[in-house]
Amino acid sequence: MTVAQSATKAIDAVEERPARHGLVRYAAAKAGGALLSIAMVIVATFFLFRLLPGDPVRALAQGRNMTPEQLDLERRRLGLDRSLPEQFVHFVNQTVQFDLGTSYEYKRPVLDLIGERIGSTLLLTGTALVMAVSLGIWQGARAGWKPGSRFDRFSTAISLVLWSVPTFWLGLLLLMVFAAGIGPIPGLFPTRGIESVDAPDGFAYVLDVAKHMVLPCLTMVAVVYAQYLLVMRSSVLDEVGQDYVTTARAKGLRDDEIRRKHAVPNALLPTVTLVFMRIGFIVGGAVTVEAIFSWPGLGQLFYEAIRVPDFTLMQGTFLLITVSVILMNTLADVVYHVLDPRVRSA
Amino acid sequence: MSITWTRRQRALRRFWADFRTHRAGVVGLAILVVAVVLALAAPLFIDEGVTNVVRGTGEKLAPPSLDDPLGTDESGRSVLLLIWWGSRTSLLIGFLAALLSMVIGTVLGIAAGHFRGWIGAVIMRITDWFLVLPSLVTALVLAAILGGSTATIVIAIGVTSWPSTARLIRAQTLAVEARPYIERSTALGAGHWHITTRHVLPNVAPLLLASTTLEVASAIVTESTLAFLGVSANKTSWGTMLRGSYDWGAATSGAWWYILLPGLCIVIVVLAFTLCGRALETVLNPRLRGATR
Repeated sequence: MTVAQSATKAIDAVEERPARHGLVRYAAAKAGGALLSIAMVIVATFFLFRLLPGDPVRALAQGRNMTPEQLDLERRRLGLDRSLPEQFVHFVNQTVQFDLGTSYEYKRPVLDLIGERIGSTLLLTGTALVMAVSLGIWQGARAGWKPGSRFDRFSTAISLVLWSVPTFWLGLLLLMVFAAGIGPIPGLFPTRGIESVDAPDGFAYVLDVAKHMVLPCLTMVAVVYAQYLLVMRSSVLDEVGQDYVTTARAKGLRDDEIRRKHAVPNALLPTVTLVFMRIGFIVGGAVTVEAIFSWPGLGQLFYEAIRVPDFTLMQGTFLLITVSVILMNTLADVVYHVLDPRVRSA
Repeated sequence: MSITWTRRQRALRRFWADFRTHRAGVVGLAILVVAVVLALAAPLFIDEGVTNVVRGTGEKLAPPSLDDPLGTDESGRSVLLLIWWGSRTSLLIGFLAALLSMVIGTVLGIAAGHFRGWIGAVIMRITDWFLVLPSLVTALVLAAILGGSTATIVIAIGVTSWPSTARLIRAQTLAVEARPYIERSTALGAGHWHITTRHVLPNVAPLLLASTTLEVASAIVTESTLAFLGVSANKTSWGTMLRGSYDWGAATSGAWWYILLPGLCIVIVVLAFTLCGRALETVLNPRLRGATR
């Protein structure tokens, strides 16, 4: 999806929102929709992972020495000796009980592995998201307020370039310059992981983790914030010519004040919608960034599952990622409904 | 017939005159033409042999020199020739994936806008579902499961990127179908096929052009990301080269040419598509005209 399209979409979403329903009815409808989506994800995942061309066990055994007995055992463990409908019922049954199977690579329950990793992912993406959103909104609002100014042209150029930069390449560059060091620049930050081997305790530990987080976080912020900037810019641009802005100006308010107190709050709505609607994009970025910097999070777990390949682990992480993205979207919809007075009172 | 032809010609000329005023768009277009011509002409000068590991003639990971202007990779292959040959894969997958995504998006978008009622509702439900799915993660899973051939990478990207197009096209279809001449057409007995292909499609086509251009840009980025994350079986694309540079520790051993140059190519081509697409969007989309500039 392109920036301009998402902007229009965000605005459309605001306009299309049903207004007459009460909050409870609205939330219930959204929750129902989310449940349907999750059910669709579970069904789609089942069939997707049975799409594997040829024998999945044989694919799994590629490059490993396995006897026919071991292959048979593996087949039975994955439940492939049963009929497709039986497999489906079994799969749905397990999934709704949060049993995501056992990883082939780690020989441990997938859910345990996810539990260990989810904290560091939330730390990294949360920090990056907050920084990207605040920076994007601030810069976008300034740029859109004075279209064509030097600041505006500079901001738009920067964000277009960042928009075109693949996340992983930016990560590689930062790795090369700031972690490995190049020419006169010494390596400033660690190249991988979340903590040093001999990690200290207490406050020093926090500093150690923060130091490990600088480069991954920077990579994510740089790539994500460009789109917030562009969307914020175009929605502020829509407000500039509005009557209430002229009125505020006629009242003698300072330009800065009009922007901060009048235009920005109105322009925020489509941007905020976009932030949540594009959470899936951020998740994709997290996978790439975690893979490059070996950040021990959910994204790296997913990446490892693909590299091995470990299909149970891949299926489990995929399910978890998609379901949480759906839940986030639904939550955002409901929260938004509460926040936006235009939707509430109408 | 000739009246229509003259009208189209005039519209085209007006469009070009409009497009020419967007300097960034013209620059983007020029870069694109050069890139595509270079990629198409590659077999006249080099062949797939440049990607052969055994035939690498230079030193391993040698910095740029007169022999290899852009340095060599871990097997002594010339980075310049690899980039040139790799541009074919990257551009091909970019174009095909964008095309696939556009076809799915257009068909479903027009269908959702034309058949209101339950068909449209079901299509929109499916579109929204796909829209929520994290597209890169889904594409990774698809490519990992189907194997990483060119065709499956195209499918993986196309299948995960169509929903925004479908929404855009649906909105446009609704706008077109609200116009009186559609009613006139229906009164004269036009069927679904006639209305959608003769009236709606030509009206959404300009928007489609702009959004395809932008879609190619993001397809190229996605392709390189998939290749970098190791699900592509293509031997040479810009993403695969960067994968190689990561695997061989080019970042830590200071082999900057191996990282910088393939990535720079991606950025330049993607930026060119983006600039071109934005200019097209501004020229063709009346809603944006005069607003952004």
